Amino acid sequence: MTLLSIEGLGISFGGIAAVKNVSFRVSPGEIVSVIGPNGAGKTTLFNMISGVYQPGSGKVVLNGEDVTAMSPHLLARRGMSRTFQNLQIFQTMSVLENTLAGYHLQESGPVLADLLNLPSSRRRARAAEEGARALLKRVGLERAAEREAGSLSYGSLKRLEIARAMALKPKVLLLDEPAAGCNAVETEEIDHLIAEIAASGVAILLVEHDMKMVMRISNHIVVLDHGEKIAEGDPATVSRDPAVIAAYLGAEHAAG
Amino acid sequence: MSELLQFLLSGVTVGAVYALVALGFTIIYNASDVVNFAQGEFVMLGGMITFFLHAAGAPLPLAAVIAILATAAIGVAMNKLTIEPARGAPVVSLVIITIGVSILIRGAAQLIFDKQIHTYPAFSGDDPIHILGATILPQSLWVILGAVAVFIGLWLFFTRTLLGRAVLATSNNRLAAQLVGINTTFVMTLSFALSAGIGALAGVLVTPITMVSYDVGLALALKGFAAAMLGGMGNPKGALVGGLVLGLLEGLTAGYLSSQYKDAAAFIVILAVLFFMPQGLFGRKSTDRV
Amino acid sequence: MRLSVKSATLLTLLAFVVVAPLFFPSSFYYRVGALIFVNGLAVTGMVILTGWAGQISLGHAGFAGIGAYACALAPEHLGLHPALAVLLGAVISAVLAWLVGRPILRLKGYYLGVASLGFGILVSMVLNNERDLTRGPDGIDVADLGLRGLLKDAGLDLSNGQFWYFFCGFSLMLGAWFALNIFNSPTGRALRALHGSEIAARTVGIDVPRLKLQAFVISAVYASVAGSLLALQNKFITPDVAGFMHSVEMVTMAVLGGVSSVIGAIFGAAVLTLLPQVLTVFAEYEQLVLGLIMVLVMIFLREGVVPSFLRKFRGNEA
Repeated sequence: MTLLSIEGLGISFGGIAAVKNVSFRVSPGEIVSVIGPNGAGKTTLFNMISGVYQPGSGKVVLNGEDVTAMSPHLLARRGMSRTFQNLQIFQTMSVLENTLAGYHLQESGPVLADLLNLPSSRRRARAAEEGARALLKRVGLERAAEREAGSLSYGSLKRLEIARAMALKPKVLLLDEPAAGCNAVETEEIDHLIAEIAASGVAILLVEHDMKMVMRISNHIVVLDHGEKIAEGDPATVSRDPAVIAAYLGAEHAAG
Repeated sequence: MSELLQFLLSGVTVGAVYALVALGFTIIYNASDVVNFAQGEFVMLGGMITFFLHAAGAPLPLAAVIAILATAAIGVAMNKLTIEPARGAPVVSLVIITIGVSILIRGAAQLIFDKQIHTYPAFSGDDPIHILGATILPQSLWVILGAVAVFIGLWLFFTRTLLGRAVLATSNNRLAAQLVGINTTFVMTLSFALSAGIGALAGVLVTPITMVSYDVGLALALKGFAAAMLGGMGNPKGALVGGLVLGLLEGLTAGYLSSQYKDAAAFIVILAVLFFMPQGLFGRKSTDRV
Repeated sequence: MRLSVKSATLLTLLAFVVVAPLFFPSSFYYRVGALIFVNGLAVTGMVILTGWAGQISLGHAGFAGIGAYACALAPEHLGLHPALAVLLGAVISAVLAWLVGRPILRLKGYYLGVASLGFGILVSMVLNNERDLTRGPDGIDVADLGLRGLLKDAGLDLSNGQFWYFFCGFSLMLGAWFALNIFNSPTGRALRALHGSEIAARTVGIDVPRLKLQAFVISAVYASVAGSLLALQNKFITPDVAGFMHSVEMVTMAVLGGVSSVIGAIFGAAVLTLLPQVLTVFAEYEQLVLGLIMVLVMIFLREGVVPSFLRKFRGNEA
């Protein structure tokens, strides 16, 4: 059963194709990783899928509905949620409030009710807060709930973003380099967290540089190079693919 | 026909002044991402200082040169004392700082000079020149030619000189400019000097037509700001076109519709342009990077 | 237990409104106090729009003008009671804010600044030029609210100054209460979220344009009611209420005091309202001092006076 289907997606900036004709599918509970050397177009692909960029060609189909170039807030209503490579945290808000923002669709109601502090407004907020605290516990940030988010360590912020994205109760979750800049222990924690989320039936699309992590947790891997898909398959197949070794692993070996 | 020409001529004169003010906005914006609401005060200072030096016995050309240099120095001081220390502050704070400076300059001018309205003789007399049934004051030609000279001079400066290219490079990417060894602090200082000097020149040229008092700066700053936005912030060509369009609109509205609502026409058009082109006529489109 | 921001703010305001009159050397100070409260109300709207939602407006005096002239014109031309005129002004301001806000709130930073400025200037131009209706730049008389008379009949005899002092004081408290309700509500969180990162706000499902518009409309109503109260207590109003300088004043008061905090912004309103009173002897220096204060506070106390001091006072507790 396919939940998210990417069909021939492409975009160019200033006449140069950044992503060309990329297709793949993601099913519930599955972890699909997109890998490729720097500049391969992974984040650009993410930005197209999540409605930040308007694709030049191709389609994004979510749950049977064409959602190509749909505004991110409408995608959120349809069950898509994401994190960001370079962190988009609400710096001046507390950790709890950051997570609560993820409950927006569930907790928001008439402005007038909020203005007058009506019981309905308080009830919505209270329900969301319970959920948010539970989520923070799940990502190990419950003790930091009242701290200003800007004061957290990089690894904690990564987990906070995952908690915020999970607050939407998404059907599909896009994670853009969730382990970048994290140490080995933190990476392992995030590793477990992702596996746990997938086990609960969420479809996960992952961009990650840590090859060990990708090989360990992915069900399916899509390899991009210069904006084009050059291979896909399960971790074992992909890691043996000569084109992948040449383009990606080869480049890494040459650099290392 | 001659009526239309008349409105166009007065529109171009006013537009040339707006274009110069807008150019001042643009230069500073490019160097520092700051919109300088004190830009109108530079125009006022140009006119006021010239008047008082002239009244004290200095010949007009000398008075004008001193006024322009003094205003440029004030621009540099403004940058050193208020903009540089506030580097990295949010847009709202910068707006308040530059509005604060403009109020401060106005307050100081009111104390140092006076609250009277002043003017000095036109450079080439007051006999109107007749063109196809319309008339234009010789001083208007001074204003228009002054604006043209400034734009050509700046164009040469930016494209033909090393320093000008350094300024352009800084406006494109400050960090990259620093990396290749451009002294961006100096570029900012230069930008404030240039922009204040150009503002003062506009004031020197236009005072014989519009007269000057300590409080004329604000209205000019708003119009210049609007013109710069209309053209697209940060684009000298946009400043020129924005200023002229605004001036012509005012001239035509005042002529055919209502002189009371000439300012309204300008702002309605700006709202309309921003509605269809949120980056102005020549502005760069920006994309969020995430 | 620590006091919540909401209770602390409201108690501070209440204490001020009640205690300050004990120290008034003359009845003139009731008037100054009432002015502070009216400005505080307008500025509270700026906190919602600028401090929380992160949007700039250089034209909010336009809404104050609408509120003020609604009170001047509606009783005379429509036969409305002045209290209903306040309501009418608020409704007109809200509708206008909704219409104007939809296109201009797509703009960012300085572009939004110039668009809102354009709106404000259009309003002030209409008020100045439509002499048949507004009597032009010389201003127009405003009817009496009539509430003081009612209170007198009920046995509470207040002087005009006292009445407006307490009436505006409690209006401000009500306005602050509404704003603080929003702050911690889902709406307030969403507003602050879009200020923090618009792109992240969109991905969590926040309808950013709609929310910005709501903040714009709410802040316009604050400005409108403040304009109405100003007109009613002065029984007279001029188009200056809608002028660019009044818009700048609103933003400046809010930002000087601390635009992200209601009590900070109100403090800013108090300082800038008092300044001209203190400087009456040196009237020529008023602009100089005002400009200097604006520049110095923004350079040295970037978050505004109150949040900067609170941070120092609390130390580095995280």
